[in-house]
Amino acid sequence: MRRYVIKRLAQAVGVLWAAYTVSFLVLDYLPGDPVTAMAGAGMDSGQVDPKQIAALRHEYGFDKPVVVQYAEYLGRAARGDFGDAVSTGRPVTSTLADALPQTLQLTGAALLLAVVLGGGLAVLATYTAQRWLRQLLLSLPPLGVSVPTFWVGLLLVETFSFRLHWFPAFGNDGPKGLVLPALTLAVPTGAQVAQVLAKSLLTALDQAYVETARAKGADRWRVHLRHALRNASLPALTVVGLLVGQLIAGSVVVETVFSRDGLGRVTAAAVTAQDIPLVQGVVVFGALIFVTTNLVIDLVYPLLDPRVVVASDRRAALA
Amino acid sequence: MTDERENGEDVTTPLLEIRGLSVSYRTRGGTVEAVRGVDLDVWPGQVTAVVGESGSGKSTIAHAITRLLPANGRIDAGTVRFGRHDLATLSEAELRTVRGARIGLVPQDPTVSLNPVKRIGDQVAEVLRIHGLATRRSAPAEAVAVLDRAGLPDAAVRARQYPHELSGGMRQRALIAIAIAGRPELIIADEPTSALDVTVQRVILDHLQRLTEESGTAVLLVTHDLGVAADRAQRLVVMSQGKVVEAGPTRDILADPQDDYTRHLLASAPSLTTARPRTPVSSPEAQTAPLLEVRNLVKEFRLPRTGERPRTLRAVDDVSLALHRGRTLALVGESGSGKSTTARLVLRLADATAGQILFDGTDVTTAKGIRARQLRRRAQLVYQNPYASLDPRCSIGEVITEPLRAFKVGDRASRLARARELLDRVALPSAALERRPAELSGGQRQRVAIARALALSPDLVVCDEPVSALDVSVQAQVLDLLAELQADTGVAYLFISHDLAVVRQIAHHVAVMRAGRVVETGPPEELFSRPRHEYTRELLAAIPGGRVPSPAPETTTSRGPVS
Repeated sequence: MRRYVIKRLAQAVGVLWAAYTVSFLVLDYLPGDPVTAMAGAGMDSGQVDPKQIAALRHEYGFDKPVVVQYAEYLGRAARGDFGDAVSTGRPVTSTLADALPQTLQLTGAALLLAVVLGGGLAVLATYTAQRWLRQLLLSLPPLGVSVPTFWVGLLLVETFSFRLHWFPAFGNDGPKGLVLPALTLAVPTGAQVAQVLAKSLLTALDQAYVETARAKGADRWRVHLRHALRNASLPALTVVGLLVGQLIAGSVVVETVFSRDGLGRVTAAAVTAQDIPLVQGVVVFGALIFVTTNLVIDLVYPLLDPRVVVASDRRAALA
Repeated sequence: MTDERENGEDVTTPLLEIRGLSVSYRTRGGTVEAVRGVDLDVWPGQVTAVVGESGSGKSTIAHAITRLLPANGRIDAGTVRFGRHDLATLSEAELRTVRGARIGLVPQDPTVSLNPVKRIGDQVAEVLRIHGLATRRSAPAEAVAVLDRAGLPDAAVRARQYPHELSGGMRQRALIAIAIAGRPELIIADEPTSALDVTVQRVILDHLQRLTEESGTAVLLVTHDLGVAADRAQRLVVMSQGKVVEAGPTRDILADPQDDYTRHLLASAPSLTTARPRTPVSSPEAQTAPLLEVRNLVKEFRLPRTGERPRTLRAVDDVSLALHRGRTLALVGESGSGKSTTARLVLRLADATAGQILFDGTDVTTAKGIRARQLRRRAQLVYQNPYASLDPRCSIGEVITEPLRAFKVGDRASRLARARELLDRVALPSAALERRPAELSGGQRQRVAIARALALSPDLVVCDEPVSALDVSVQAQVLDLLAELQADTGVAYLFISHDLAVVRQIAHHVAVMRAGRVVETGPPEELFSRPRHEYTRELLAAIPGGRVPSPAPETTTSRGPVS
């Protein structure tokens, strides 16, 4: 078990390094740099003193060879220092730290909603004996996956803010302001949870052990929840791990639509400004959240399925 | 209605009385009538066996009784009277008070019938909890007691384990525990031991019999194995194509079968018939060098580290064998005996730890790359499960010509001609070339697998349990085919089987394996009539059908019981 965790942690470090390197290369490949972008945006191009630009570029180290830049940045990043954001001059880490709580609230709430609503939908759809209801419920997830997030957001705002005045349309204030953005973000996520869980529930319900349970005299609810659901939850759990990445990405759109402060907005701004240090910080940070969630999920597997830990022994057992 | 063919036995009312039962499945291709107008009685305290081949509807009946049919199955007509109830029309809620409490079910495949994520004890305790037979506090201890009663050793330890930590036999005991936990009046056992080794099968059936005799529980035993039915049941119900063709006391039916199908079934049952002299001992005598020679072969697998020192498992332990051209050498043993591993080593699908493998005089023990490929061209394999060993996306023609394509033999036209010829050899119409494996029956698929193995005209074909997944009558046909092909082509078979009865029909030489070692070798006649090793005797005694009084009149030669 300990060896497994150590191995997984080493893998996580590898993933973070890869995320950093790939984002660095991509940003380096793009034309221009933050200084010229700032200069271009800030004033009429003719008025900027090329010497000043060169000085700024030198200050930020953009004039050094790529390899040297990479090595320097990587060395500092490994110590948790991503430098200062070019556009604001504030340290990247504190910019992210300020934005993080808002986004964690949003994605956390969205994940909770996605699992509860999506899971509930899947359980209900596979439990009901009414054919039409099952068909109806099972047709919802594909719909949820295919509608664009911003459109769902606008629809919700239109209905619940402007017409019904139940929830505020934008801003960061309080749990009430969280409802609509979290719901928006939860729609595509929950739909995918529902799709996978419904599918694996149907598969599980077809297994021989379900028949054994029914032969014991168990009612359908017991068969569904105590026997099928736990077996079916594993694929759904894997999907949840992948969806965390999607939630972080989705927060860019949702935070923009609802004018919420947070990581998504920071990302959008950083990309627009070609703020390389900030973008790098966002990428590595996002990867960190993703990797951590998936590590936690992998450690939860053995608790749900006792066979997972021994998977590596299977070959020997078969011999 | 109560007494039909009773011989002055318990002539009260039957415990279970099925009348005019019809069950159908709705499938994409239309409605399939699986069971048609079946009458069946089970008397209290008696074992009634339903026998038939796959597709005869026997399993459907077992499931229809407690209405555990798959979602597309439906009872179209008939009554299932059990005590005061008609189970066919009972409400779902009332049915639940019957299932588990008054009727227990022992399912077919112990490896998949237990919930993999729940502890054994909890799964047994669940029955007690559902029917209010134990409280939350008393259930765990009760469950251990039931497991103990079902004959599971170290029941208290096992109760805390998960299904994958138990062997197939132990899992089946756990399932028996689930079935008997509610002290039911009837146990429905659906092929309860078909997935288990013969010796385990015997022990488990013995135990089930003792349990039910002690408690006076009636048993409905569903089985494809006439030998098992003959040994265990007082009454037989023979089914074919959804209908009951014959029913009555076991003794009467075995001694004097009335129906053609019953006679056919009796004649094909390998455990009930004697060796048929169909495999002519081919001309070249043992003077010549053997085609395949295995010397002191050892295969070790590393086991997961638990303590300080690494552990290994000797799957094959100092095995020496010789197989001549045109002959059949059978490796017999239970699962885990190392017979399949030995075959894999011979085909160079696994590396030997020590020892030597000589194929036609050349040492192929460590053959790799081109040399291993050359060996593959001359040594082919027929797998156990014809349902899984043919690529479902390939046409039969593609399946058969694949070895030819792999070795770049001939052109398109000549390969196709060869495929036709091979199909003809295995007695399939050439129209089958265009079909997909899914359109063929199990026996036909195994014929295709044999045709594929013969495509390159190999010297050796390794047959790994080639008939275990087939119905008995189909088994006999496939064995006939193998013998015929051997006589025509002079191919040698390394024949792996757990079934001594099958081996007796086809092998020229038998090696009995146990725990990686060959414990006894010899010609089958000798081995079966005068077994020297204790384990061989045990295996022979475990063959079901040993208690059959006399073989069916249709069989060619008569033979006394094995034990």
